[in-house]
Amino acid sequence: MHGIHLTIVLAPLAAAIVAGLFGRQIGRAGAHWITNLAVGSSFVLSAMVLKHLYLDGGQAENYSLYTWAVSEGLRMEVGFLVDRLTALMMVVVTFVSWMVHIYTIGYMHDDPGYQRFFSYISLFTFAMLMLVMSNNFLQLFFGWEAVGVVSYLLIGFWFKRETAIFANLKAFLVNRVGDFGFILGIAGVVMFTNSLDYATVFASAGSIAAQSVEVLPGIPWNAMTLICILLFIGAMGKSAQAPLHVWLPDSMEGPTPISALIHAATMVTAGIFMVARMSPLFELSETALAVVLTIGAITAFFMGLLGIVQNDIKRVIAYSTLSQLGYMTVALGVSAYSAAIFHLMTHAFFKALLFLGAGSVIIAMHHEQDIRKMGGLRKYMPITYWTAVIGTLALIGFPGTSGFFSKDALIEAVRESHWHGQGAVYWIAYLSVVLGVFVTALYSFRMFFLVFHGEERMDKETKSHLHESPWVVTVPLILLAIPSAIIGWFTIEPVLFGGFFGEAIRVTSEHDVLARIGETFHGSWEFIVHAVTAGPAVYLALAGALTAWFLFLKRPDLPEKWAEKFSGVYNLLDRKYYFDDLYIKGFAAGGRRLGLFLWKSGDELVIDGMMVNGTARSIGRFASVLRRVQTGYLYHYAFAMFFGLTLILAWLLWA
Amino acid sequence: MIGLQHYLTLSAILFSLSIAGIFVNRRNLILLLMCIELMLLAVNFNFIAFSRSLGDETGQVFVFFILTVAAAEAAIGLAILVVVFRNRRSINVQELDTMKG
Amino acid sequence: MFHTILFYFFAIVLIGAAIGVIFARNPVHAVMFLVLAFFQSAVLWLLIEAEFLAIVLVLVYVGAVMVLFLFVVMMLDINVEEVSGGYTRYLPLGVLVAVLMVTELAQIIWLRSTPGISAAGFASTPDGYSNTKALGAVLYTEHVYAFEIAAVILLLAIVAAITLTMRKRPGLKQQDIAAQVAVRAADRIRIVKMDAVKPDTGSEP
Repeated sequence: MHGIHLTIVLAPLAAAIVAGLFGRQIGRAGAHWITNLAVGSSFVLSAMVLKHLYLDGGQAENYSLYTWAVSEGLRMEVGFLVDRLTALMMVVVTFVSWMVHIYTIGYMHDDPGYQRFFSYISLFTFAMLMLVMSNNFLQLFFGWEAVGVVSYLLIGFWFKRETAIFANLKAFLVNRVGDFGFILGIAGVVMFTNSLDYATVFASAGSIAAQSVEVLPGIPWNAMTLICILLFIGAMGKSAQAPLHVWLPDSMEGPTPISALIHAATMVTAGIFMVARMSPLFELSETALAVVLTIGAITAFFMGLLGIVQNDIKRVIAYSTLSQLGYMTVALGVSAYSAAIFHLMTHAFFKALLFLGAGSVIIAMHHEQDIRKMGGLRKYMPITYWTAVIGTLALIGFPGTSGFFSKDALIEAVRESHWHGQGAVYWIAYLSVVLGVFVTALYSFRMFFLVFHGEERMDKETKSHLHESPWVVTVPLILLAIPSAIIGWFTIEPVLFGGFFGEAIRVTSEHDVLARIGETFHGSWEFIVHAVTAGPAVYLALAGALTAWFLFLKRPDLPEKWAEKFSGVYNLLDRKYYFDDLYIKGFAAGGRRLGLFLWKSGDELVIDGMMVNGTARSIGRFASVLRRVQTGYLYHYAFAMFFGLTLILAWLLWA
Repeated sequence: MIGLQHYLTLSAILFSLSIAGIFVNRRNLILLLMCIELMLLAVNFNFIAFSRSLGDETGQVFVFFILTVAAAEAAIGLAILVVVFRNRRSINVQELDTMKG
Repeated sequence: MFHTILFYFFAIVLIGAAIGVIFARNPVHAVMFLVLAFFQSAVLWLLIEAEFLAIVLVLVYVGAVMVLFLFVVMMLDINVEEVSGGYTRYLPLGVLVAVLMVTELAQIIWLRSTPGISAAGFASTPDGYSNTKALGAVLYTEHVYAFEIAAVILLLAIVAAITLTMRKRPGLKQQDIAAQVAVRAADRIRIVKMDAVKPDTGSEP
């Protein structure tokens, strides 16, 4: 199996190198063939690994390939931990990535950076696989940063656009904030266990939880809580949780396949995956879990609200992604790690589908992204339309779709999570996820109706060219639509209640909400029936869809009136709760001012002025005085000699 | 009793005086030469005193050589002085600055 | 006791002479003071039984070198005012250095000396000891090479002094012996051939 693991990881890397460095020699076709081949084979092999682990009952493997360095007993290694959690992630990553590779052939057809693009997305696949397959914190961090770099490169793929450069810089900087916490968390782990290896760290998790540290003198904190919160700050950056979410909507400046692959399906879920992987640590700190829960709930609800007022098709989906990531985080917060990963998986499929569908629409509209200028596209693009229907239904959690199973299980888990107490945290989380369902349905169908139904608001020129996208675009849509629609049926039972993840995810018994739900679980069909009869979630989703229908198809004049009437609320949403203003005018401008101050007073005045130039100037002054000593008269030197002799004698005698 | 220390002290005074002389008469080349003679005399005092104190004639032999070399030095020094004076009509050291860098 | 008084007397005169050398306005006076200083030194050397060197100092130094100095000083028409002016400028510095040095050296000699060095006086020489003979015995045996080198140095000094001061005045007549010896007949006379001409003595009738 080791050879297979290595091939899965290295094939995309090799393809990326070939496409990136020899792109000119192998040509456009060569680039897309080699990368598709590599990622496709990675997917096939990943599927084999999953089959081996699940169906054939293979054992999870944890081994080190290469010891990079050993420092005072701290081993820095490259190694793989391939268990079912990893295998599931590998399949999701490689599958979505492969679909995007195929799709890109059509989407980027006319772009001059064709080979470069393929190189980047293959490189991304490599980095993401390194992240998920890692068996130690160092390699996890490597993958973490590597996907960040590729994300940076891809958001700024059209580097001549100023907005793209702004967006990729913003993404990079905001991620740095998260990574700062992340690396501190890793440092904390090393401090307490002197090991980077997952297995070792997890084995000594109990001893960490028993210790405390004083970050601020006099206030002891539980070491595990501190480490978990720091690690979660990393996850907040990567998975775009409030308040570090600001980069994700802006990252839509990148090409659409990237938005689908990186900023919806895979990379942004790295934080979710990481927390699930660290479940043995997080389980030991209820404080950290409460933080996770609160952050996730806030993100899930409030980011969804923002989706209602956006007009850029990709930004609407981006806010939807934020909201869904919030859902996953909520699941993590209530110790329903399996539910989070389950939602991650289904979300990867339907969100990639929605993004690629949006990309298909954008191609048809000649790169027009404003949904106010679309409408009635249904009859021009039937395949895109129907796949979008599936994607949207899955997103709002329509009974039977994959999104329904994952989201409903998630909401159930939150409702069962009484161990957080009946306090504020519980109610915030529960209300957020339940009301979030309504909001999700509202913005999803708003976009859906504005794009595919209603009057045709595009100009004539565009209208005359409207047609369905080529097969390389539609085939991935169809291939993604299939799992989006049905995968929940087959997977909900094993993944959530069947102990699919085995030892990969550890939950203490009093936290195990999924087990409590599992007691009443009797198959997928009963689950649907139960949700329809008991839960408010399904009805809220339908209500949201109907509201969208009413507001944006039936009475399209109402939203505008309301926007004027409640301009305060509207502005708050339109300005994204003023987060951007806060960061740009507060942190960024403050940082600039601080930098300017340090530059002017610290660097120029003190270091340059006093230390560097000051040294030179004082040497110059001293030398101009000392120069007079060098008269050139021999007897002056003789005097100096005598004088020095006298002084040396004096020093020897009296010193 | 007059012993080694008295002679050494006398020599030290003589030496210091000749240094002061060099400082003071820094313009007159001939006086500088004389001060150097005086300095050598002070050194000779030391040699002789130590030679007597240790009962070893080598010190006095050294004085003999110093006198020889000093005589040679005086002869050449004065010759140079004569040439300098002939060329520049002056023996002021401060004016001998054509070699100044 | 008598010895001590003599020492202090000569020492004081010696120091006075040295001060005179330094501060004399007239170079001739300075040379005279220097001669005095050498005389006092010779006497002081006699006091500690270094007779040979004392005599040499008087004969060679005072007799030859000092006279040479006097010669030069008197021969050169030195502008006394110009040369000795402005010496007060460095006087404080010179005095300071001198005082400092004397203090330091005195401290070394009197307070930090090894036990062997003392003011206890010199051991007297054995009977029949001849300073000159002893010196000669060492000088011509052990230090014979140095002695020869010293002779060469003196020769060098003679040659150098002559070379430096000799000059050729234009129009000065002198004999070039090498040229005289190397001369040949051809250099001296030139035989000119010419046709015999009958002198036109006029016609005698």
